[in-house]
Amino acid sequence: MSKLATLLELSCVGKQFGGLSALKDVSLHIKRGEIYGLIGPNGAGKTTLFNIITGLYQLSSGEFNFNGDSYQTTKSHLLAQAGIARTFQNIRLFSHLTALENVMIGRHAKTHAGVFGALLRDKTTRSEELDSTNRARDLLRYVGISKPSQTLAKNLSYGEQRRLEIARALATEPLLLALDEPAAGMNATETESLKALLQNIRATGITVMLIEHDVKLIMGLCDRVAVLDYGKKIAEGVPDEVRQNPAVIAAYLGAEDE
Amino acid sequence: MKKNLPLCSPISPRAREIICIILFVAVLPFLTDALLGRGWVRIVDFAMLYIMLALGLNIVVGYAGLLDLGYIAFYAVGAYCYALTSSPHLALAYPLLFPDGLHLSFLIVLPLAALLAGGFGILLGAPTLRLRGDYLAIVTLGFGEIVRIFMNNLNAPVNLTNGPQGISMIDPVRIAGVSLNTTQQVFGFSLPSVHLYFYLFAGFTAVVVFVSHRLEKSRIGRAWMAIREDEVAASAMGINTRNLKLLAFAMGAMFGGVSGTLFAGFQGFVSPESFSLMESIMVLCMVVLGGMGNIYGVILGGMTLALLPEVLRHSIVPLQQAMFGRTLIDPESLRMLLFGTALIGVMLFRPAGLWPSRVRRRELATDEAEQ
Repeated sequence: MSKLATLLELSCVGKQFGGLSALKDVSLHIKRGEIYGLIGPNGAGKTTLFNIITGLYQLSSGEFNFNGDSYQTTKSHLLAQAGIARTFQNIRLFSHLTALENVMIGRHAKTHAGVFGALLRDKTTRSEELDSTNRARDLLRYVGISKPSQTLAKNLSYGEQRRLEIARALATEPLLLALDEPAAGMNATETESLKALLQNIRATGITVMLIEHDVKLIMGLCDRVAVLDYGKKIAEGVPDEVRQNPAVIAAYLGAEDE
Repeated sequence: MKKNLPLCSPISPRAREIICIILFVAVLPFLTDALLGRGWVRIVDFAMLYIMLALGLNIVVGYAGLLDLGYIAFYAVGAYCYALTSSPHLALAYPLLFPDGLHLSFLIVLPLAALLAGGFGILLGAPTLRLRGDYLAIVTLGFGEIVRIFMNNLNAPVNLTNGPQGISMIDPVRIAGVSLNTTQQVFGFSLPSVHLYFYLFAGFTAVVVFVSHRLEKSRIGRAWMAIREDEVAASAMGINTRNLKLLAFAMGAMFGGVSGTLFAGFQGFVSPESFSLMESIMVLCMVVLGGMGNIYGVILGGMTLALLPEVLRHSIVPLQQAMFGRTLIDPESLRMLLFGTALIGVMLFRPAGLWPSRVRRRELATDEAEQ
């Protein structure tokens, strides 16, 4: 596999919902190994863009390149298999399953046992299953969830549920981890530990992309930031640069009368 | 865990459990015969068929979370498959084409019927992939009715199902030259037909339980449950929801088909009446009442709901005769009344079913041992 510097490249991506155009000609590229932030006021199109990147929406126009492959139609499960894992803004865990099972489901794309494997439970299937369990347990320890095989996902605390979603996404062995407002609803301490966790994840070589409202977290964490407003990218660059950008200030605080 | 067991231990607790169950199943028909009479063995046989059906539906509804109200259609497909290939119907309808009828062996028809039912499962699944909840329920309900109405009307222009009269004189199940319709002598025991069928059905039920159990605790089973819990999140985990939903429909339908084949062989007669919407609802109730997603709960539900009407039939009439000197309420309508009351009761007091899934005692023990 080619090791391109650019992991994800979107060029001139547009998205229309009926007559409403949620995104207009957005181009961006995410480099391998960076933490990329996506910010913008409410309704700017962040989540639309995010859903396009993770295959939940189809793009209306433009080009989508991931890891050297061009995608005409994007399907959620195919992109997940290709290496884009995501979390959800409003947590979407498999709530009636245990934390361990949640993470094991994340292993789905990396394992192969079919119906016959399940019925015969042959040596390959057994070792695959054991490997899935072990990896899942490791990941759960990594994000700090204890007693995972006896706790249903719905009974975890809010912060733990957020971390469980990250563990589940990591189980797919992603190249790109896409997080939709990971710090939403977290207190300062929890946000700090999330920041440390994301830095740890990046250190393992996984590229991270996140949407976030917590500007402090974005500025302290991201290598590069893109700002969306009314479906257009109005700025991109290192956090400090973006913070000074007059267009960004105007988008957030309103433009002064000209 | 298993490796820690001393090798000299004669049998593991699990093996002991299985031996106990086998012994119980082996004496059950004799016990029933001695205590309640031969008619009850027949009733238990039918209960086994229902358990198989309920376990099949459990894959679709309990594991994958796809509400299917037309499940009995697959039972019908299996039953008619065997009825067509193993009865004089074809010879009577098409004497030129099939002078002697087909009279295929049971062991050939069974896998064919399972595959055909599985195919029908995919046929139902494919157009309903995007539907959920209520909408899916309505479409599956329609599918069940379509199949039944076809069975009811396919006596003209080509007489395939003999219409509402149904197909009779179906060959009994015959395995290795032994017809299960006759009394057999085994090790000095005299085994009447109902007993033989009982053992046959018990064997198939065991296979169905085994398959369900293995699937539940596998990558496929987990993927089904992920779809049940949250389809969007499941596909974000790389699960091909389309294929797995179709697989669930097909697997569930195959169990239904097998059960239908056994039914046709056992009963010797099939007609569209046996495959009404009420039957679909009955099987769904077994799954829900017992405990969706839990094999033992579903078996319990199937057993209870299959035996309940018979118990009523045998107790209510004599009871009323004794109390009032005549029958005021006929057991059939009382059955529906009790059925409804039981369902409401279960939903109120045990919303997860009589025996809900996730009995976690064993897992709790493993986690604590680890720490």
